[in-house]
Amino acid sequence: MSLERSDVEKIAHLARMAVSDEELASVADDLSNILDLVEQMNAVDTAGVAPMAHPLHMLQRLRADKVSEEDRREHFQAIAPATEDGCYLVPKVIE
Amino acid sequence: MMLHEKTISELAAGLRAGEFSSVELTKHYLERIAAHNEALNAYVTVTEERALAQAAAADQRLVAGDATPLTGVPLAQKDIFCTNGVRTSCGSRMLDNFVAPYDATVIERLDGAGAVMLGKTNMDEFAMGSSNETSWYGPVRNPWNTELVPGGSSGGSAAALAARLCAAATGTDTGGSIRQPAALCGLTGLKPTYGRISRWGMIAFASSLDQAGPMTRTAEDAALMLQAMAGFDARDSTCAEEPVPDYSATLGEDIAGLKIGLPKEYFGEGLDPEVAKSVEAAVEEYKRLGCEVVEISLPNNHLAVPAYYVVAPAECSSNLARFDGVRFGHRCEDPKDLEDLYKRSRGEGFGAEVKRRILIGTYALSAGYYDAYYLKAQQVRHLISDDFKKAFEQVDVIMGPASPTTAFALGEKSDDPVQMYLSDIYTIAVNLAGLPGMSIPVAPAEGKPVGLQIIGNYFDETRLLNVAHRFQQATEWHKAGPSGY
Repeated sequence: MSLERSDVEKIAHLARMAVSDEELASVADDLSNILDLVEQMNAVDTAGVAPMAHPLHMLQRLRADKVSEEDRREHFQAIAPATEDGCYLVPKVIE
Repeated sequence: MMLHEKTISELAAGLRAGEFSSVELTKHYLERIAAHNEALNAYVTVTEERALAQAAAADQRLVAGDATPLTGVPLAQKDIFCTNGVRTSCGSRMLDNFVAPYDATVIERLDGAGAVMLGKTNMDEFAMGSSNETSWYGPVRNPWNTELVPGGSSGGSAAALAARLCAAATGTDTGGSIRQPAALCGLTGLKPTYGRISRWGMIAFASSLDQAGPMTRTAEDAALMLQAMAGFDARDSTCAEEPVPDYSATLGEDIAGLKIGLPKEYFGEGLDPEVAKSVEAAVEEYKRLGCEVVEISLPNNHLAVPAYYVVAPAECSSNLARFDGVRFGHRCEDPKDLEDLYKRSRGEGFGAEVKRRILIGTYALSAGYYDAYYLKAQQVRHLISDDFKKAFEQVDVIMGPASPTTAFALGEKSDDPVQMYLSDIYTIAVNLAGLPGMSIPVAPAEGKPVGLQIIGNYFDETRLLNVAHRFQQATEWHKAGPSGY
C-alpha cells in the first residue's frame, strides 16, 4: 500500500493534527513502508477466526451507579491553559 | 561493598541492622545522580526534596518496626506514572508543563510500601520506541557504552539502574519496553500478565497491551517489587481480580524436571549469532539444573509485528485524542479557531514517531479500512494467542532471546521505523497474548549485555521468578555492571 501526500493530509485532518509541508513527503514514505509491513498479515487465512478483544477474555466489570468521585474541579483546572468561571476557554465556536 | 552495589534484599537487611539509614542511602544515590546523570540523560526530573522527606519517614518506620522490604529503598519511576505535584512528561513536549494532579496506583503502592522516589526517568515519547531516541528530552545513553542506545521505551529506567543511580526502577511494557532495555543494559526485567498491575494513572499508549512491571538487578528483587505493585484496583477496569501470591516464598525451589520450550521461530533468520550463542549457553545451564528442553513451534510468530503495528497505533490514536490543548498540556499560541487550536497544539506537541503512529492508527480505523486492518489484526492476535496456549499444554515455560541483537548505536535505526520495529520481534507476541515475560542477563556477546527471555503462562509469575532466580543462584552474570560507575 502506497500513500500519497494527499492521503496523509486527509488522515492528518481526521486526526486533527498538523503535519507540516516539510514533514509530508517523508511521512508518506514512512507510512507506506509501515503498511507494507502490516500487510504481511494477509498471508494468513483468518476466515472464521474470532477477533480477540481482550487477552484474558474478561468482561467489563460493572459497578453500582453511585457517585464515587469527589469534586476536584479547581484542582484539575489549575493546570489548564485557560479557564474562566470554572469553564475551559477555547476560541469562539459559534458566531 | 559500596551502598549502590547492594540489591534491595541487601539494603533491607542493612537498614534493619542499622548499618546505614535511608537518608544516608538516599543522599548517596542523589550524589551519584548529580555526578553521572548529565552524561546518561537517564533522569528527566530529580525529586531531591521529596526523596529526602520520604527517606526520613522511612527511617522512622524502620525504627517503629512497621517497615516493608521496600521501606527506605531508593527507586526511579518511569515518567509515564502520574506523580502528584511532580511534572509527569511521558517524554513528550505535549506534557512538558504537566504537573500531575494525582498519583498513579503504582506510585501510591510503592510510596505506601515506604520506598523512596529519587526522580522520574526518561523514556521514548509516550512509550513509543525501542531505543529511547524519540524522547523530547533527548536520547538516553547506555552506561555499558555511551555510543549505544539503552533500548526503549523504558530506557531511562534501564540506564539509571545499570549505572547504579537507583536500587530498582519501574517500567512499562506494551511491546517489549521493559524486557528489551533490560536485555540491552544487563538487567532483570519483568512484564507481568496483562491486568496484574493497575494501569490507573499510567499514561495510556495501547490499553489492551500496556502493563507495568519492575526492573531490578535480581529476580529476588523483582519478586519484592512485584509484591508491592500487583493487585486488584477498582479504578482500572481491566485490572485482574486474582489473588496475589507470595512471590518470594517459592524462590529457590528445585526446578529439576521443569519443561522448557524453545520455539524454533526464535532462533531463525535475523538473530545475531553471538546472541544465539549466549542464549544457548544459558539453556545448557538450565539442563544442568535438571530441566528438560523440547523444541516447540509458534507458527504465527512472524505475524506478531505486523498485527501489533495495527492494534497498538489504533489504540494509540484513540488514547492520544485526549491531548487537544484544551484541558491540560501544550497549547499553541494564538489559535484562530478551535480546529486550529487542536491541529497546531497536537502538531507542535507530538514528535515524529508519535505522529506516525497516530496517523497509522487513524488510517486503520477510518471508514472502509477497519475490516482490512483492525479486524484482521485482532483475528491474527487470536491465532498468536492460540499458538501459546498449545505450547503451554506441552511445556512449563518458553525461552529464547529477548532481543535479536545487543545494544545498537545511537542513530543506527532512528531513520528507519520498520527496522526499529523489528527490534521487538521476540517480545511483541507476548503482549498480544497478554502473557508474563522476563528478561534476565546471560553471558555477554562481545562485551555487550544479552538477555534471556522467559515466558510463562497466565499469572504464573511465581514460577517465572523462581526459574530466573535459580539461574542467578547458579551463575554470576546478573552481578556484572558497566565500568566507571
